[in-house]
Amino acid sequence: METTEPILDAIRQHGTDAYPEEGCGFLLGTVTDDGDNRVAALHRATNRRTENRERRYELTADDYREADAAAKEQGLDVVGVYHSHPNHPARPSETDVEEATFPGYTYVIVSVHDGTPEALTAWTLAPDRSEFRREAISRRAPEAP
Amino acid sequence: MPATDTTVTLRIPTPLRSAADGQSTVEVEADTVDTALRALVDRYPDLADNLYDEDDELRQFVNIYVGDDDVRFGEGVETPLEAGDEVSIVPSIAGG
Repeated sequence: METTEPILDAIRQHGTDAYPEEGCGFLLGTVTDDGDNRVAALHRATNRRTENRERRYELTADDYREADAAAKEQGLDVVGVYHSHPNHPARPSETDVEEATFPGYTYVIVSVHDGTPEALTAWTLAPDRSEFRREAISRRAPEAP
Repeated sequence: MPATDTTVTLRIPTPLRSAADGQSTVEVEADTVDTALRALVDRYPDLADNLYDEDDELRQFVNIYVGDDDVRFGEGVETPLEAGDEVSIVPSIAGG
């Protein structure tokens, strides 16, 4: 994925705000010709899990539609999601693999310890759905307003 | 291309477009949600594994909307379609 430092900071901030629960939302952007996701904006969402929000997150189809509409208004698409791992490493959990959606989305994970964001990583589901593979994060300078 | 009586539009989520010639929408002729999705997969076979599981059922996280209505609360994949309907493939997302 390619993005800007302010966007990564906003993901970290959401992780802090949601702590000790998992925070989650959508990555909005475009797909480059070589299939890389270029993230240009975030769409914060609410963790819809009714219990165990410290260890699980959920975004409903209606949440996706809302994010998709927000993306369209900006000339963008939904290209991925992000969520936080409170007091856990920034690596996909078994649950993340079991419940993963389509290969091609970028999944960003930020680990948050005692309310402080630490590692932030990006992943994509393998085409055979067996595992998440690490995605490099390249940073570009924020665009002028 | 003139629309026939049963032409509906399928909206394709971003990561699946590469398997559908890069298109964000695909027009098919179909009179139910099921026939629309099967027509899509016939045309773009690489989409099959993304949409259907080993038992040939729609994957748990795949939600289908006709207009603004989730077919799960209606007749599911047997939901009838009319010409001009817009059928959206919408993922729900979860994890730990």
